[in-house]
Amino acid sequence: MLTELAKGGRVIAPSHPGFGTSQLPKGMTTVDDVSYFYLDLLETLDLRDVLVVGVGLGGWLAAEIAVKDSSRLSRLVMANAVGVKIGDRETRDIVDIWALMPDEFNALAYFDPKAGEHDYKNLPEAESLAAARNREAYARIAWSPYMHNPKLKNRLHRIKLPTLFLWGTADRILSETYGRGYCGLIAGAKFEPIEKAGHFPHIEQPAEFARRVLAFADTGATPIARAKRA
Amino acid sequence: MEHHAGSLRVNLPNKVVDPKTAGDLFHRYYDEWKMADELGYNIMVNEHHQTATCMSSTVIVGLSVLARETKNARILVLGYPIGHRPDPLRCAEELATIDVVSRGRLDMGFIKGVPYEFPASNQNPVGVMDRFWEAHDFILKAMTSHDAPFNWEGEYFHYRQVNIWPRPVQQPHPPVWTTTGNKAQARLLGEKGYVMATLGSGYGTRPLYDAYRAGYLAKWKKPAPADRVAYLVWSRSRITRPRRAAVASWSPGTCAHRRSCTCRSAIRRASSPSTTTRACFAARARRAASPRTAALSTCTTAACRT
Repeated sequence: MLTELAKGGRVIAPSHPGFGTSQLPKGMTTVDDVSYFYLDLLETLDLRDVLVVGVGLGGWLAAEIAVKDSSRLSRLVMANAVGVKIGDRETRDIVDIWALMPDEFNALAYFDPKAGEHDYKNLPEAESLAAARNREAYARIAWSPYMHNPKLKNRLHRIKLPTLFLWGTADRILSETYGRGYCGLIAGAKFEPIEKAGHFPHIEQPAEFARRVLAFADTGATPIARAKRA
Repeated sequence: MEHHAGSLRVNLPNKVVDPKTAGDLFHRYYDEWKMADELGYNIMVNEHHQTATCMSSTVIVGLSVLARETKNARILVLGYPIGHRPDPLRCAEELATIDVVSRGRLDMGFIKGVPYEFPASNQNPVGVMDRFWEAHDFILKAMTSHDAPFNWEGEYFHYRQVNIWPRPVQQPHPPVWTTTGNKAQARLLGEKGYVMATLGSGYGTRPLYDAYRAGYLAKWKKPAPADRVAYLVWSRSRITRPRRAAVASWSPGTCAHRRSCTCRSAIRRASSPSTTTRACFAARARRAASPRTAALSTCTTAACRT
């Protein structure tokens, strides 16, 4: 998907602190904390007119960044994003992924569950270590309140960027009701389903996902100038 | 009930437990603990959550009952999952009170908890070690600070005026026990001089004990006494069904007996034909190496032979 996206401009795809091989700095324990890291990154790289694409946890991060400081941002794509609570206190909006076995998770998260299968026992050690570290870092920052920041809903009004919600319709970790409810909290945000994809539409429909993102970059009163693309 | 597709733990719905039966079981076990105290045993309690396998979901209730109902037994909690509890001040108050009511018989075990019990507390498994040690540090400070309320603004816990009443009987605080399966932790526990218990660790036990002893020697400049390490097993007793039912009907201070038994104890006719008796337990305890080895040796009383 990143390769497809890069045909339309410069792509920066950072790995979150604590994921992959990086360390989660002490004191960085929430998604809100990590959003400051990305605000720092935007300044350090002196990026402007950035189109931020966030999938799942990435969508939550994108929203946390945007409510604080959108001055270097131009567009927001939120794909099967988590981060807010739509339902009441007894309604679980998001399936408890840490109560699922891998095959149960794949059945809910993917249009084709095979897309989620990994032969962890036979992966190179660096990859299986990264997978384990990802899982640990994700749990550290998203455990409780589960997969959301109760404060974020009250801050989304601050996002005035053109926003697109892409939604893999086969997602049964999140519901479409949740997605549309989330979309409705950001002024002017559009909701576009993606078929034959679940919770990770960028994995299951990479070409279509990239096409939609680039089309979104080109639409609107001020499409992102080509000159600013690498 | 309909077929349950899950485990005995976590998601077995609690509609399948009859609260009256649960009460009967609790009272039976409290009676047996009281008997154990009378026979010279020490007693250990623990807790599990959301499971049919152990309904003691809070050690504090059991410890409270034992503090009042027993007179001589050391009462070990192994353990209190302090990394799970959101309020270690409450833990400190509870444990100090139990030490006071028991007249200084509490052995205080702190544990991190087993993986399938995180759902019950909703604490984050990532970081539980850090939570555990901060709670441990806080509880010991609460038990050993006596001059003025103190402040605590840690990574996980915040308190502004800590001054627990009552404070524990045992000085400087009840003895600390904990468990581990990890050599680095074992060495640390040796340095602290805590009792280290391992659960069913089999051939892995020796390296843990060696690490403990190395840590202890390095810090205390003398070999670790034998009572610094403990080994936990599950054991099965071969009590037959009629006896199991009869044990449930035993009550303290009496002995229910088969008429043909020759044990000379005060007897009261039990409802079932054969029983495991207080005297029988006493006879077994006498034959065991010491009262503290809970061995069920073969009883020579003909009627009670297992």
